[in-house]
Amino acid sequence: MTSTLDPATTRTPLMGQGINRLDAIAKVTGEARYSGEYPLDGMIYGWVVQAPIAKGRIRDISPASTLSMPGVLAVLDYRNAPRLSDAGDSELLLLQGDRVYYRGEAVAVVLAQSLEQARAGADALDVSYLAESHDVLLRADHPDMYTPELVNPNFPSASNVGDVDAALAAAEVVIDRVYATPAEHNNPMEPHATTAHWNGDTLLVFDSNQGASSVQMSLCRLFDLPRSAVQVKSEYVGGGFGAKGSARPPVVLASMAARLLGRPVRVTLTRQQMFAMVGYRTPTIQQVRLGSDWSGRLQALDHLAYSQTSKILEFAEQTAVVSRMMYATPNLRTAHRLLPLDVPTPRWMRAPGEAPGSFALESAMDELAQACNVDPIELRIRNEPDLEPDSGRPFSSRNLVACLREGARRFGWDDRDPRPAIRQDGRWRIGSGMASSTYPARNAPSTCQVQARSDGTFEVRITASDIGTGARTALTQIAADALRVELDRVELRIGDSDFGPAMIAGGSMGTASWSWAVVKACRDLLGQLDMHSGAVPAGGLLARADTKDDVAAQADVTRHAFGAQFLEVAVDIRTGEVRVPRMIGVFAAGHIVNARTARSQLIGGMIMGLGMALLEESLMDLRFGDYLNHDLAGYHVASNADVRSIEVSWIDEQDDQTNPSGIKGIGEIGIVGTAAAIANAVWHATGRRQRTLPIRPDRVIS
Amino acid sequence: MTSSSLSSSFTVTVNGEPQLLDLDNRTTLLDALREHLDLTGAKKGCDHGQCGACTVLLDGRRVNSCLVLAVATQGHSITTIEGLGTAERLHPIQQAFIDHDGLQCGYCTPGQICSAVGALDEADRGWPSAATADVGAEKITLDDSEIRERMSGNLCRCGAYVNILAAINAVSP
Repeated sequence: MTSTLDPATTRTPLMGQGINRLDAIAKVTGEARYSGEYPLDGMIYGWVVQAPIAKGRIRDISPASTLSMPGVLAVLDYRNAPRLSDAGDSELLLLQGDRVYYRGEAVAVVLAQSLEQARAGADALDVSYLAESHDVLLRADHPDMYTPELVNPNFPSASNVGDVDAALAAAEVVIDRVYATPAEHNNPMEPHATTAHWNGDTLLVFDSNQGASSVQMSLCRLFDLPRSAVQVKSEYVGGGFGAKGSARPPVVLASMAARLLGRPVRVTLTRQQMFAMVGYRTPTIQQVRLGSDWSGRLQALDHLAYSQTSKILEFAEQTAVVSRMMYATPNLRTAHRLLPLDVPTPRWMRAPGEAPGSFALESAMDELAQACNVDPIELRIRNEPDLEPDSGRPFSSRNLVACLREGARRFGWDDRDPRPAIRQDGRWRIGSGMASSTYPARNAPSTCQVQARSDGTFEVRITASDIGTGARTALTQIAADALRVELDRVELRIGDSDFGPAMIAGGSMGTASWSWAVVKACRDLLGQLDMHSGAVPAGGLLARADTKDDVAAQADVTRHAFGAQFLEVAVDIRTGEVRVPRMIGVFAAGHIVNARTARSQLIGGMIMGLGMALLEESLMDLRFGDYLNHDLAGYHVASNADVRSIEVSWIDEQDDQTNPSGIKGIGEIGIVGTAAAIANAVWHATGRRQRTLPIRPDRVIS
Repeated sequence: MTSSSLSSSFTVTVNGEPQLLDLDNRTTLLDALREHLDLTGAKKGCDHGQCGACTVLLDGRRVNSCLVLAVATQGHSITTIEGLGTAERLHPIQQAFIDHDGLQCGYCTPGQICSAVGALDEADRGWPSAATADVGAEKITLDDSEIRERMSGNLCRCGAYVNILAAINAVSP
């Protein structure tokens, strides 16, 4: 028997330290295995065949010529596919009939001995269609536009406080503008991949996702299996940004194909296929109306957002919800309208709601500052609420003003001349801009098991997912602190649904939610150890935790992280090129678990915001009903040369109303506000407002 | 090399070891590494030479292995991330990526590292880039804009660019 407990006085807390990513060695050596990289004996490759029409029916599938090709074993289509049960996501009911609901929908999977044979077989597959006319363009005046009951994840679609129309009519200053954001695609670097294997009636899948227990649940419902019959493993995941937040087509197709063949099957999407099959950010059209007095104090805020969904599944982005909690105003109205089209269903992409919504709100605030001749920071401070404006609930903590002041100090904002279009440096017009950032800080129930082993080490098992966030490292730090031992005595195992239900890596809720279960289990284990006088019996000790009741018992306060972004742009008004030489982000996001990985994640969010502002745009081809630029040559994400100086820091924030570790989550707040700050800086540089994203060269010079 | 209409048998050196392969003529170098040699460090992010995740060194020069047919590497020498360094003996650039947190999800990372090795060698040979002020100069100084330019063929969706720059700066002469 070994004494496991160090005296608490001898150790410095690991929380907050910038410890090296624990999986860094595996990742820099190529040893880390992702879901499409597990070689299974007798494995067959599946290649997805997609519908080339946006609406209609399959008239006929003639697999004979494909089946005669070398190495091709089978063609999986709606005539031989296993029957699926509804798992609450109609886009997962794949190959169940002859209807086609969107261009790029899977209509067959060709199964062959090699990747090359599967691909050639898919290219040759003879499918004929009865095409119908399609409707794929979002416009605000479309007659099918309707009001959804709820918006993602479960907010009421509309809110109303006071009398917005009367307040706008009486306001001394009114800003009334329409902003537009395009469809954007998540494009994690790792395409979705699943390797599926049935052993009798039990299913094992290696799947690229943000939450193995969520995917397990979907597979159980689709295939009518108990939880014990489905295991989902996802140890390493090459990014997700929402695109892997729930089960997506590859895991269903691979599981069906493996069932059909009785052999392991791997289905990996191509980059091009991802543009139709795994979700994207809806385009939005937003009208924001602000009414204020001459000093900039808001009297009214009205935010109306239009977005699209598919005809087979409702996804209503919560675009205007950010306006419910951001600024104080006695009259506040938000509303959402949704248009079902013959398109793939839009889904989560990093900061759904807040990312496009804050572009409109924070741009409008800049326009109001200009109209009132008030500094944009001062304008926000004057409208800082004591309570959540929409609900009247208190904030668990709210340090927006501290972020604004610290950001201004770091940036040197006080020296800024507010007049637009007066700074020139060679061919560049120079400007600076800022915007506020925010994201909800929520928790969801999770389970965790912690085992004390007789050698003095601990094993923590939780179905967490590290999609690049650093969660693997952060949770190990949290567990070591909770157990009061050094880091190397804790082995954390994640990414396996056998470890029990847990929150996904999404909604900036992953580490917050998992940490709660980890801390709870570790405390329970310490209690057990105390009863054994600190010594582990030969068989070890095990503690389990479930935070379902703890999360449900949380006080009724509103919880959000806040931030402020300041940046400088250089605009060539001859070519329309916009560069961003300097970006500063200051955040107040509760307890930062790992200073190193947190900095990286916040910078990464700001870089995706830079891409959103200047580069990213999925263009709908109206004739074919498809996103035209569906690869990384046509869809531009920020590259190394697009990024210059980025500095990130945070306010020391203690919030004991979030979870036992005081964590708020930082996965998404980095992208919120960046696009508005860039648009505001482009106005400062050029004197022209940019209300449509991305800020392309043609929009700058037109 | 022997060949039929569909496949070829050939020898290529991978990470210092000669490998006799008999592959479908359509097989790319990337798929040969990943599916036939179980060297999954080279990643497939786009399969079209647009993302750089599959970057390996071919006779010391960086290439997108998804754009190279495996049969065309007959007699050549390939170095993948697995051949650059191991957990016990990391390459200085691998170590620098760890020290500067030049990675998040890790999927672009092997390609970034192989690309950085190639880029440093290209600069050492005096090869100019679009960011080189004097393309006739014999010596290239790898300043920040040179590194950013030379690394822009390797996309990182997590946005680790700031740290990748710092990592390469740390090993750049």
